[in-house]
Amino acid sequence: MADAALDQSLDRRAATVAARRHFLTRFVIYGLLVIFAAIYLVPLLVVVLNSFRDQQEIARNGLISLPRSFRLDAWGQAWSTYCIGGTCEGMQRNFYNSLKMTIPATIISTAVGAMNGYILSKWRFRGSEALFTCMLLGVFIPGQISLMPWAFILGNLGLSNSVYGLVLIHVIQGISFTTLFCRNYYVSIPDDLIKAARIDGAGFWRIFRKIILPLSSPILIVTVIWQFTGIWNEYLFGVVFTSGQQQPITAALVALTASGTNVRAYDVMSAAVLIGALPPLLIYLFGGKYFVRGLTQGAIK
Amino acid sequence: MSTLTIRSLRKNFGAVEVLKGIDLEAQNGEFIALVGPSGCGKSTLLAMIAGLESVTSGEIRIDGRLVNSVAPKDRDIAMVFQSYALYPTMTVRENITFGMESRRVPKPQQDEAVKRVAAFLQIEPLLGRKPGQLSGGQRQRVAMGRALVRDPKLFLFDEPLSNLDAKLRVDMRTEIKKLHNRVGKTTVYVTHDQVEAMTLASRIAVMHQGEVQQFDEPATIYNRPANMFVAGFMGSPAMNFLPAELSQEGGRPSVALQSADGKTASLPIVQALASDTPRQLILGIRPEHIYRFDPDLARRKPGIAQIDAVVELVEPTGAETMAVLRLGGKEITGRFDPDGTPRMGETVTLGIDMARACLFDPTTQRLI
Repeated sequence: MADAALDQSLDRRAATVAARRHFLTRFVIYGLLVIFAAIYLVPLLVVVLNSFRDQQEIARNGLISLPRSFRLDAWGQAWSTYCIGGTCEGMQRNFYNSLKMTIPATIISTAVGAMNGYILSKWRFRGSEALFTCMLLGVFIPGQISLMPWAFILGNLGLSNSVYGLVLIHVIQGISFTTLFCRNYYVSIPDDLIKAARIDGAGFWRIFRKIILPLSSPILIVTVIWQFTGIWNEYLFGVVFTSGQQQPITAALVALTASGTNVRAYDVMSAAVLIGALPPLLIYLFGGKYFVRGLTQGAIK
Repeated sequence: MSTLTIRSLRKNFGAVEVLKGIDLEAQNGEFIALVGPSGCGKSTLLAMIAGLESVTSGEIRIDGRLVNSVAPKDRDIAMVFQSYALYPTMTVRENITFGMESRRVPKPQQDEAVKRVAAFLQIEPLLGRKPGQLSGGQRQRVAMGRALVRDPKLFLFDEPLSNLDAKLRVDMRTEIKKLHNRVGKTTVYVTHDQVEAMTLASRIAVMHQGEVQQFDEPATIYNRPANMFVAGFMGSPAMNFLPAELSQEGGRPSVALQSADGKTASLPIVQALASDTPRQLILGIRPEHIYRFDPDLARRKPGIAQIDAVVELVEPTGAETMAVLRLGGKEITGRFDPDGTPRMGETVTLGIDMARACLFDPTTQRLI
């Protein structure tokens, strides 16, 4: 009896110790997470706040300080009236350029990647693995290396200084990524499905449309997010192959900071940067859930 | 009417010879089982019949028509896969009609066919569901429905039961047999399970290392296996093999075996032997042909030979009890009635049914 009582109290002691230790561990983990989150989020916060502050106030109190004023003027200026290199149209034209470049390039490169992935995983032929390896190299080759060849190609096609030239570049540069994503995903779709469909009388396209595509949404979402953000944020090709009114927003942002007047319009710059960052941000906000799910999704059962 | 004829069919994957000259035929309405261990080429053979694998050489004829290079969809076959291969994004109904859609069968005719098959397999309540919402047995039925709906010349089954649990497997086996009896279609059925082959098939092709070892009716395969591979593969527990020497005992040929007491016991051979029979033999005895000896049994069954053996292990399964016995320096398995089971360590006098024994040539491993 006594032993049992003793055991019980010991048990209770051990339980409280364990609970306390558990709490401490949690505290440290969450503390660290909060610190890291702050490191990532504070710069964004500064930019967001500055976009609503008055220029004079920024000049007076410094770039990093709590806002004492609230105005929306900077956003309007950044969008439609601010002068960059003599033209006073704000960022809107460049914003539309970026859309005109990113949307078609994303759609085309994803579609081609899905088709490539389908062929390389389900319709293998002699040398298809070697071909896939070659396409994979594109993933590892940095963009700078292909600057000269692209200059040559765009020149010959008459596509230099045009959004269409950039679309072409991003489609080609993106295919190795989209092919890799889709091929690796399609490999996990059982081959028996294809065989059954072939016996059922379905051909190459019908199998793709009716069996592969309906199973593809997770990987297509991943690919579209990856391509959209990658192409939207791309800077090098934009700044090298376009100028002035043809520039995508990333290239134009640099022109904005470099533009003439000696007063630095931090409020307008902040707003312009945010305008430029908004589409990928929105894509992640709405698609992020699917992005993570798609990346971790394996076999289909 | 539909027949299948395969003549000296070969298949190479690069330098690897997977099938080394297969000859097979199925009469109209026959149920052929291809059975063998994994890697024996049985699934490749089935895929070649289906047209999913190319033919290296030889010929495949369905109803006399050479189909070597005919596309799968034009062979008029239906196949049930091990994984069922149901289209996961389609409902059961869409799965069943997919083939008819591909072939542009008119809608009313499709509905008619679905109704017929669904009633036949009792899957009407499942028609609106997706494969993910079905149990293993239900998926199996739908997969068969997809095959049945087309009324093909040839049914191909690729290990259709191996993904089911043991109990369901037995149930579905019975279903498939009933189904075949009702539909009467020529069927080729691949399995690694010799029980499935024995219970279902009208003829069995036992395959090993890319060759057909024996192609015959189940009873013949079981009782007169062509070689030691077939003898060992068909039947569970497997046939016991005992090396033995041929001798003459009282003017009759017999084989000598070491008994438990160290003496040599001679077992008379019932079968007629050719004059060039080698002196060294392999004696093959199935576990169920080993009995506890009693004079009554010997009177009823001619050809019962007596020999003593030590019981090393007893494995009761309920319906029967397996005993591991030491005989002739080797371990053999005997199958006993639970009532008459020997005890561990006991020395029992066995009655071996020599009329059912098989003799093999140790060099060629063929049946003598």
